[in-house]
Amino acid sequence: MKFGGDEGRVHSRTIYVGHKSCPPNEAYIPPKFCDNRIVSSKYTVWNFLPKNLFEQFRRIANFYFLIIFLVQVIVDTPTSPVTSGLPLFFVITVTAVKQGYEDWLRHKADREVNEYRVSVLEDGRRIRKMSAKIKVGDIVEVEEDETFPCDLILLQSSRDDGTCFVTTASLDGESNHKTHYTVADLESDLQYLSSTIECEQPQPDLYKFVGRMHIYRNSQEPDVRSLGPENLLLKGANLKNTQKICGVAVYTGMETKMALNYQGKSQKRSAVEKSINAFLLVYLFILVSKALVCTTLKYVWQGKHDEPWYNEKTQKEKDTNQYLKMFTDFLSFMVLFNFIIPVSMYVTVEMQKFLGSFFITWDKDFFDPEIQEGALVNTSDLNEELGQVEYIFTDKTGTLTQNNMEFIECCIDGFQYKHGDGSSELDGFCVTDGPVNKIQQKAGREREELFLRALCLCHTVQIKESTMHRQDQIDQIDQIGQIDQVDGLGVDHEFLHPPQKEMGFIASSPDEIALVKGAMRYGFTFLGLESKNMKILNRNKDVETYELLHVLNFDPVRRRMSVMVRSKTGDILLFCKGADSSMFPQVRQEEVERIRMHVERNATEGYRTLCVAYKHLNAQEYARADADLREARLALQDREEKLMAVYNRVETDMILIGATAVEDQLQDEAAQTMEALQGAGMKVWVLTGDKMETAKSTCYACGLFKKNTELLELTLRTLEDGGRSREERLHDLLLEYHKKAVQDAPPVKLGITRSWSVAGHDYGFIIDGASLSMVLSSSSEPNSRRYKNLFLQICQNCTAVLCCRMAPLQKAQIVKLVKNSKGNPITLSVGDGANDVSMILEAHVGIGIKGKEGRQAVKNSDYAIPKLKHLKKLLLAHGHLYYVRIAHLVQYFFYKNLCFILPQFLYQFFCGYSQQPLYDAAYLTMYNICFTSMPILAYSLLEQHICIEVLLEHSTLYRNIAKNAMLRWKLFLYWTALGIFHGLVFFFGVRFLFSNPALQDNGQVFGNWSYGTIVFTVLVFTVTLKLALDTRHWTWINHFVIWGSLAFYVFFSFFWGGIIWPFLKHQRLYFVFANMLSSVSAWLVIILLILLSLLPEILLVVLRKPRGPHARQKKSSAGDPQSPQSSARPLLTRTFSDESNTVI
Amino acid sequence: MMASSYNAKEEDGHHSGSSTHGGTGAAKNKKPDNTAFKQQRLPAWQPILTAGTVLPAFFVIGLLFIPIGIGLYVTSNNIKEYEIDYTGVEPNTPCYDCANSFTWNSTTSCVCTVNFTLVQPFESNVYMYYGLSNFYQNHRRYVKSRDDSQLNGVQSSLTNPSKECEPYRTNPETKLPIAPCGAIANSLFNDTLELYYNHPDGNMTKVNLVKKGIAWYTDKHVKFRNPGNEKDNFTERFKGTAKPVNWMKPVYELDPLDPENNGFINEDFIVWMRTAALPTFRKLYRIIQKKPDSAPTLPSGRYFLNVTYNYPVRSFDGRKRMILSTISWMGGKNPFLGIAYITVGSICFFLGVVLLIIHHKYDTRSNSADIPN
Repeated sequence: MKFGGDEGRVHSRTIYVGHKSCPPNEAYIPPKFCDNRIVSSKYTVWNFLPKNLFEQFRRIANFYFLIIFLVQVIVDTPTSPVTSGLPLFFVITVTAVKQGYEDWLRHKADREVNEYRVSVLEDGRRIRKMSAKIKVGDIVEVEEDETFPCDLILLQSSRDDGTCFVTTASLDGESNHKTHYTVADLESDLQYLSSTIECEQPQPDLYKFVGRMHIYRNSQEPDVRSLGPENLLLKGANLKNTQKICGVAVYTGMETKMALNYQGKSQKRSAVEKSINAFLLVYLFILVSKALVCTTLKYVWQGKHDEPWYNEKTQKEKDTNQYLKMFTDFLSFMVLFNFIIPVSMYVTVEMQKFLGSFFITWDKDFFDPEIQEGALVNTSDLNEELGQVEYIFTDKTGTLTQNNMEFIECCIDGFQYKHGDGSSELDGFCVTDGPVNKIQQKAGREREELFLRALCLCHTVQIKESTMHRQDQIDQIDQIGQIDQVDGLGVDHEFLHPPQKEMGFIASSPDEIALVKGAMRYGFTFLGLESKNMKILNRNKDVETYELLHVLNFDPVRRRMSVMVRSKTGDILLFCKGADSSMFPQVRQEEVERIRMHVERNATEGYRTLCVAYKHLNAQEYARADADLREARLALQDREEKLMAVYNRVETDMILIGATAVEDQLQDEAAQTMEALQGAGMKVWVLTGDKMETAKSTCYACGLFKKNTELLELTLRTLEDGGRSREERLHDLLLEYHKKAVQDAPPVKLGITRSWSVAGHDYGFIIDGASLSMVLSSSSEPNSRRYKNLFLQICQNCTAVLCCRMAPLQKAQIVKLVKNSKGNPITLSVGDGANDVSMILEAHVGIGIKGKEGRQAVKNSDYAIPKLKHLKKLLLAHGHLYYVRIAHLVQYFFYKNLCFILPQFLYQFFCGYSQQPLYDAAYLTMYNICFTSMPILAYSLLEQHICIEVLLEHSTLYRNIAKNAMLRWKLFLYWTALGIFHGLVFFFGVRFLFSNPALQDNGQVFGNWSYGTIVFTVLVFTVTLKLALDTRHWTWINHFVIWGSLAFYVFFSFFWGGIIWPFLKHQRLYFVFANMLSSVSAWLVIILLILLSLLPEILLVVLRKPRGPHARQKKSSAGDPQSPQSSARPLLTRTFSDESNTVI
Repeated sequence: MMASSYNAKEEDGHHSGSSTHGGTGAAKNKKPDNTAFKQQRLPAWQPILTAGTVLPAFFVIGLLFIPIGIGLYVTSNNIKEYEIDYTGVEPNTPCYDCANSFTWNSTTSCVCTVNFTLVQPFESNVYMYYGLSNFYQNHRRYVKSRDDSQLNGVQSSLTNPSKECEPYRTNPETKLPIAPCGAIANSLFNDTLELYYNHPDGNMTKVNLVKKGIAWYTDKHVKFRNPGNEKDNFTERFKGTAKPVNWMKPVYELDPLDPENNGFINEDFIVWMRTAALPTFRKLYRIIQKKPDSAPTLPSGRYFLNVTYNYPVRSFDGRKRMILSTISWMGGKNPFLGIAYITVGSICFFLGVVLLIIHHKYDTRSNSADIPN
């Protein structure tokens, strides 16, 4: 037996359908597979606590605070463990509760799924079972609208043609119906079916499945059927339009494709987070060095003052080893100063990101009335990264363009056919005078019809049947209207017969629908596919039937698809359509030139072109192709490659009949958006799988290339010029372009780039997939690196780069190349289709457009927006604001903790390095949690240092924050210096005041806790007022929170000092605050120190003013009148495309 | 309902919430609310600090601070203060012998007399402080070595003081708990200072030193309390405790004549228990009330300070001082505040002037610069 050798492989699994031994006489050993229990929850009641804690303490910050806490518990430290334990406990608890709640929801959802009752056929009887109990090999029955409980191979359908329809909305978001097929020629009664299924081990790709089925009939050799994704019903999909189906479970539980797909994406980290980590290291260094200095000084000092009579050591202290003591002293100092790296910063940053991301989902400008959806935030980690983007990689189809295809014209045998405005021409044909000088000529009627038949047959479009037979007519019409609008599944009312009005087309790509509809205009209507028979209605209103033999599916590498059909007369025809570059080599050359002209002209006009070819197959040819195809489809290993080889073999020597042009309209405001993004200093690269000419004209239309843009082309065409080897030519071209764009170009200053449209030296770079792979993988290693560098340098000096003919992986390669180039620029990818997923995942920020090509891109993106035009606000307004907010938050946090801890450090010099805290424990604990946390959080959520309208209007403002401008070391040093200055002012101001501690008017003196309280009061007021000074946007919330926290501090201090707290060992602060306020000197010193601290800040604000944003606003608004004019030029595709021809 | 709807989230719970929001919220095609908050359009006050707004503030601050500073400086200068170091480090100082002959277990106390002259009379109330230098009352081991609940009169803490009091928790010989326990109490300042005025006619009058009103009111009345029943006598109330090792008499004999100033609520004791912020400090010792007539409280002339020298400071290079000072509304003499106010006020004023000049210059420059642009 053939599969005997395969059995031992781990690559495949064997399933016994219905748990019957196969062949019947062989012993049946039930294989072990996992059951169908879905466990998406992470915890159980028992392991929640340890596991959750473990997970939480794996975070480096939490672990650090845990260590500090433990040190406080074990070693005799100045502050009680509560001071760091309480915040940590708070953070851990909140996180644990949140995760626990989420896990509870998961449990609930799991239970619902696992306990769902399903029907399983066992020995011909139907048994109701819990979903979780399904085993691999069970035959499961599913009824309409139910969800498949596991991955099933479709064995039987209630529909006559052996198909069933499913929607996969919950898997990939595509709401259209997909057809799946039963395994061919099975017994009608599954009870007597005896077969095994051999298939690959579970893997997450939703669209891939290879397997084969061996059917054993009465002691014959088993029949073998190939199984592909079209036979596999995925768990999570819904059965539609089909009463019931039976299928055999092949993957269950956690091995289903759905479960495998929900593994977390790799986490992206933002540049701000990297800055935080760098700053943290600096502060950690400060912390350790402070502790070291203090420890050293302590032992130097102790040499003289070790143990005065009034302050003897305890017996224990005397007994401990000197070195151990030094170590614990070091730890004690660490604990004392550990507040410099606050727990609360992490909490606040997380909160800011989490809450801040709501503003994106809430923004009504992102709401698209067409799809009734707004923006979607998949991760809140990258909010601020939106303000840092330097490179934008955009897909063309569906992103820059609407992916709303309309059939424009076609060319048959070199004659151009253009559909007129109305149906005034009798046959719907209208010939325009194109560049072809055979005016008023037409191709032969036979060719016309062949072409139209090809359009009608060569596709995978399905007719969407009205799914609501049982509903009344009005509903249907409503539904159709909605579909027409929402899904773009076109229904052409004009050309359809009234009874077929509820017909809609479903296809994986909108091009196909446009083509089928185009054919319909010329009188050929596709009526649908019924049990392998395709029906079309020809011009004479006759129904023609073709038997569909094979579909050679489209794939991005081959870039074409074919069908094999057998006509009534028995002729076997192969129709093929595909991109010109992939078609021309495969057809007879005599036709090519005539068509090529049309294709190129159409492409430059921005249309998507496809060539159509056909081929007659004689019986032997067909038999051979058929056999090859079947064999390849049955292969378990390398099925793709084998199929591809067969496809390529079959699709040769075809006869080109014509070409089509389909228009893809630009997205709303695509040009304005692109201009704004370029104005903001971002480089826009278009990465598309489309033809160069089409893509180029789109670039012109979007304003990425301007009239005076000099295009540098590096494509197969330019490489093949000159007759030398491509490699040499590549080398020369790269050098030439490099000279042009990099060496000769005047050094680009950020400030002037706005005027590039006037300067005239403006380059656009075009490269295609083949050339790119030559650049990236040149034969010799040093060359390759050199080419890469040249390529990058050229690209970086071009205003726009167009990469066409890209495979999805190449898109990701380009993103990676730029991402890792010098300076590590922040990249953003935007796309809408599955082919953009790789670049979306690769880029720093991935944006999905909620387009028509399913939800793959949206699912894998970090942010999803309905339309390209929303990108402008997302980056220029939201991104800018988020970045400014979080950058300020981070700097402020480090600053406020530095000036919090510095006095504590300085105090060590006055208390014999004894780790005596300056502030009371309550203040130490509450400082970051209560007194100073809310104002900065409110600031970081609400601040608009420049209002949104201005940000949108002046895209150049975005450049001010480019390259992490607010978290540069210079600014960090400024903030650190400010913190140090404040700390010094606080401490020494009070120190000089306390040179005479008799500060009350009754002669009584203040002690050390009064000292600390005065410093702390100054501190709280200063840092809060410093924030108030920085706040440019005072909403009532800011007012409430800033004045509220100050009031709360005062209230709390009174309250805390007003009661003898029975649970406290020391009543240190008893009436200290009240006494402080009764002293005029304390008041005076507090006011003085606050003012003195803020003085430089105010001064700087005033001095910086002339170069501040305010002045710039004035300036740019004055200089603006010209720029809107340039952008508002009418965006006529034609004029641009004409220019594009002349430029090269 | 799909199990996956929660499965899809990130591993890290911190970030997953937003996806829930977006996912469920958007799917149910809810158009975002058009509220000012959600659209980030809350009405806001947008202050912009310009030279125009800041300049007057600078001048106002300058004009306000300089007079205040001058006022403070003058007030501070008007405060009369007399300070005398009686440690006895130098051989020919009065207390040299006492300082040298100090032993811990001597029963007789050494008395020395320091005389000094007040050149100017001290009006109004005069406050007598003792000052200590190089005495680390703010050392951590020292600061925490007390039991506030014992001092608050809690019976259980009286007999079982806090561990923090170690090594001054129990008497090493009798094993009795020490009341008041801890290093602070143990090192209570116990020099006795008496002041005599030498009348020009040769008579010596003892200056009346009031020992009440030197501690914070709340400390005296709430924070510190004697244990036990009010009616019992002090010996009974402190029964079962030992005196701090360095003390000569138990806590209930601090002021045997006045029950309101005895035991834990002795004001000298309370003052000492408020640990000082810096190693050089002063503490209020006595108050000399001003006389009902208009005569100065301390007329100029010769005075004798009688010191009962009990408190050793030489061992840690300390110094002891006696300070006589009058008090103003801002407290004791301290020129710092006045100088600081004058300085800051002047800086503000100066900056205001500089800014004014810059402001004017810049304005003209920017106007001309705008035209070619």
